[in-house]
Amino acid sequence: MCAKQVKKPGEVGTTGHEWDGIQEFDNPMPRWWLWTFYLTIIWAIGYSIYYPAWPMISRATQGIVGTESAGDTRLAVSDEIKRYDEANAPIKAKLTAADLNAIAADPELGPYAKSAGSAVFKTWCAQCHGAGAAGNVGFPNLLDDDWLWGGDMESIHTTITHGIRNTDDADARYSQMPAFGTDGLLDATQIGDVVEYVLQLSGQEHDATRAAAGATVFTDNCTACHMEDGTGDRAQGAPNLTDAVWLFGGDRAALTETVTKARFGVMPNWNTRLTEDEIRAVAVYVHSLGGGE
Amino acid sequence: MSSQDSQPSLYAAREPVFPKRVKGTFRTLKWWLMALMLGAYYIAPWIRWDRGPELPDQAILVDLAHRRFFFFMIEIWPHEFYFVAGLLIMAGLGLFLFTSAAGRVWCGYACPQTVWTDLMILVERWVEGDRNARLRLHRQAWDGEKIRKRAIKWTLWLLIGLATGGAWVFYFTDAPTLLSNLLTGQAHPVAYTTIAILTATTFAFGGFFREQVCIYACPWPRIQAAMMDEDTLTIAYREWRGEPRGKHRKADGADELGDCIDCMACVNVCPMGIDIRDGQQMACITCGLCIDACNDIMDKVGKPRGLIDYLALTDETRERAGMPPKSIWKHVFRPRTVLYTVLWGGVGIGLIVALFLRSDIDMNVSPIRNPLFVTLSDGTIRNAYDVRLRNKLGSDHDYALTVTSGSHVTMKVEGAEGNVVRVPANDTLSARLYIEAEAGSEAAQSARTDVRIWVSEAVTTPGSKEARTYHDTVFNGAGK
Repeated sequence: MCAKQVKKPGEVGTTGHEWDGIQEFDNPMPRWWLWTFYLTIIWAIGYSIYYPAWPMISRATQGIVGTESAGDTRLAVSDEIKRYDEANAPIKAKLTAADLNAIAADPELGPYAKSAGSAVFKTWCAQCHGAGAAGNVGFPNLLDDDWLWGGDMESIHTTITHGIRNTDDADARYSQMPAFGTDGLLDATQIGDVVEYVLQLSGQEHDATRAAAGATVFTDNCTACHMEDGTGDRAQGAPNLTDAVWLFGGDRAALTETVTKARFGVMPNWNTRLTEDEIRAVAVYVHSLGGGE
Repeated sequence: MSSQDSQPSLYAAREPVFPKRVKGTFRTLKWWLMALMLGAYYIAPWIRWDRGPELPDQAILVDLAHRRFFFFMIEIWPHEFYFVAGLLIMAGLGLFLFTSAAGRVWCGYACPQTVWTDLMILVERWVEGDRNARLRLHRQAWDGEKIRKRAIKWTLWLLIGLATGGAWVFYFTDAPTLLSNLLTGQAHPVAYTTIAILTATTFAFGGFFREQVCIYACPWPRIQAAMMDEDTLTIAYREWRGEPRGKHRKADGADELGDCIDCMACVNVCPMGIDIRDGQQMACITCGLCIDACNDIMDKVGKPRGLIDYLALTDETRERAGMPPKSIWKHVFRPRTVLYTVLWGGVGIGLIVALFLRSDIDMNVSPIRNPLFVTLSDGTIRNAYDVRLRNKLGSDHDYALTVTSGSHVTMKVEGAEGNVVRVPANDTLSARLYIEAEAGSEAAQSARTDVRIWVSEAVTTPGSKEARTYHDTVFNGAGK
């Protein structure tokens, strides 16, 4: 019953295309289709008059709407940034004036500081401390509960503001460990002994005889900063040697290198690059990562 | 479009279609279906359903602002969108089923384009009269009568369009409030814009474009053709019975003529403007009106009904051989349709089961994997997790979080006393959760340990079903 064709091939003619005996009629298009095509042309004319469109020698035609809102995307972006800055100005002022320790718990400032701080951290801090703030060899992990210069809000804020061991800020935190080996303060045996003692302090596998000899070396050379019991001194950024967290590695080879050549980790001062509210925000963010005191 | 020259025109004007009024089984069925579907569409948003003081009392509501979908006793949150996906899959399988069994029944009876066009044609007939009167009016010059009739018709069409667009917006917000806002001009501009667009499209598609939407714009006729087979029931002309067609019953050679008297009744009632006697074709929406028209004529000329009928391709060879057609049930119950039915039912049962199994609390745990773990001063290994808790109940609830694992691990929720958190009514709470394994413990020393985080009501009221759910995740150790 489907054998009959709507039109005989001779009536309309085919396109000449044929696939497995199936031919294609050359039927005319609906007329309204043609009108929609003309309509798009009229639309295009209006569009190119209203918006910047035709390329000329130095720049494109500007259109009725002009470049202010449509043509210059860079201008539009900077406008938008300006708008956001203006909108954020009140809360930034509030953040700058607030009590540092009260920010995190504040229902308005807390979420703002954490989210703004996260953005600041990912822009400026992640290069050394990692996007997840887990640090790297020589760059402290900010997630754990071990802090070289203190992990309360005030200490973190001071560290970010002035930095560590940099020459740009007179108030930068500063301390320096002597290079016991390269400066000839200790000989190789003494260094080996004191390394065994530090391994013993941190509860690692060690040579008991050499560690006993190392205890004397430690008392004579190290206690001024790392204290009698080896728990360190935050006032001098001297690390705790009895715990499981090591900035430059806690095995025999890494410790030997540390004692021989010393370490000198540097962090820039951020007070010249970030505004006070940004520093406070990133301090709140770092404090919230799980290690804050 | 006829052309005198050998070269046909590239563009063809639309041939206007003036469907004639028809009475019969399929026309009656279509009236009932139209009343049912349009009635449901207009009335549904006005049905009320009490859900308590904090939730909307509209039975069917798509609350875009709060990202909730309400359907009577069912409430769907965005994370449960798989219900919507499941319903869409069911709709798809249902269409496959109907199409393989009875061809384009969707197009002929249920498609909004068909239903609204039918309504527009009804209005057109009320105002301008039946086919012949409309044809006359079409050819008539623009005199007072034509202007008056066209103006009335278009006004009624616009009102139908307005009602269509107007009903649509009620599904998205509280209907009584929106209606009073719409009337006082206080509704959101989006509501007015939506109504305006839908009014315009209903007016244009139902009033003017009609069959052209199906022929030129809709992909569905093309897809459906691929889903039909030789056993699919579809509308067909019994050519072997009707041909050769002819009018002159009493003239010489009339005995050789078939049953078709070439009265054009089937063509005159067709809303698509086609001739079903040319065979099944893409423009045919299988609405069945030509069957009604032809049966009426066959009764009048004293021939058996069914010259145009629901038939399958396989029936043609049987009937040409003088055998009766297969029964409708044999066409409908085939392995293919049974398979579609089973799949359709399977998805449906799966959705119902999922609906009853879902909990009033919902928890999502994403482990923080940068870094995998943190070593604390005393050698403890700590993992951090971001937990999102959803309280789907209408009141604030306290939830207790616990952890179970094959190895000994401890858990603490940041800033929560006793690992209990309060989640506000109908809201989501994010919390930071730490799981710790002591230095030297099994979990600290193995690379991966399976842990299960549980959430349950902190305070259980006696007699109530205890809401409790869990999420499996992994604890990363230092891996010695």
